[in-house]
Amino acid sequence: MHPFALAAIGGVLIGTSAVLLMALTGRVAGISGIVGGLLPPKPGTDRSWRLAFILGLVAAPAVLRILTGDALIGPPTVGTPVLIAAGLLVGAGTALGSGCTSGHGICGISRLSVRSIVAVVTFIAAGVLTVFVTRHVWGA
Amino acid sequence: MRGTLAGLIAGLLFGLGLCLSGMTSPAVVQGFLDVAGAWNPALLFVMAGGVAVTFLGYRFLVPKSKPLWASRFSLPTATRIDTPLLAGAAIFGVGWGLAGYCPGPAVVSLASGRIAVVVFVLSMLVGMILVRWMRSGSRASMPSLAAEENR
Repeated sequence: MHPFALAAIGGVLIGTSAVLLMALTGRVAGISGIVGGLLPPKPGTDRSWRLAFILGLVAAPAVLRILTGDALIGPPTVGTPVLIAAGLLVGAGTALGSGCTSGHGICGISRLSVRSIVAVVTFIAAGVLTVFVTRHVWGA
Repeated sequence: MRGTLAGLIAGLLFGLGLCLSGMTSPAVVQGFLDVAGAWNPALLFVMAGGVAVTFLGYRFLVPKSKPLWASRFSLPTATRIDTPLLAGAAIFGVGWGLAGYCPGPAVVSLASGRIAVVVFVLSMLVGMILVRWMRSGSRASMPSLAAEENR
């Protein structure tokens, strides 16, 4: 199947997950928030569904491998020092900005949240600028 | 118990979606952000599919009064476009562009067993803890930050 068709099907699965979580538990499917709620200094008291969601995420590649023979996980594109810096930025940025690609991108846009739409435009612009600088300015 | 089951099913579906869509390959994500290079629009298709289903599902499938397995909705309440939102999104975007991982795909990719992914996720957790710790300290003087942590 064409990668773009798979991308759209993947998006539909992600949307189905978001609708299911909202209909059943009344919660937004934002990964940074689900993970953040488990962390100090004030972890939430509702740990079990958060841990179960994360377990589901990590189990998905194994299920896919059984169904299709391939887990479809690509290798990192950068070395360890960049991964550490990027990880710190992604963690700090999503905690400060109250969301990531899923919470603001999928759920927030669908709720027509202006905050989320502004956040999505901002992080895509920052990402585009970062790739432009690292690939076409420094990498040129 | 039912909440835990809902979390597991939703997490599994979400993870399958991320893998199928190519989002667990940092090269595909960076390809979307590389507008001056060999642009790869895959992420646009993921967003379109995801938002279409979520937009319609939130309106027509989610019960109006209360969720099926919980007593109430737990929705984000903040509406202000403030500095933490803009600065946070910009900082996240830089990290996203550098590595091609946002939180979901990074957690899913832990399943590959690659140490590099573990290093990324641990760094991400450290970043989250640092900010949560900072914000819990400043909460008394900055009440607008208090109600925003449900994403």
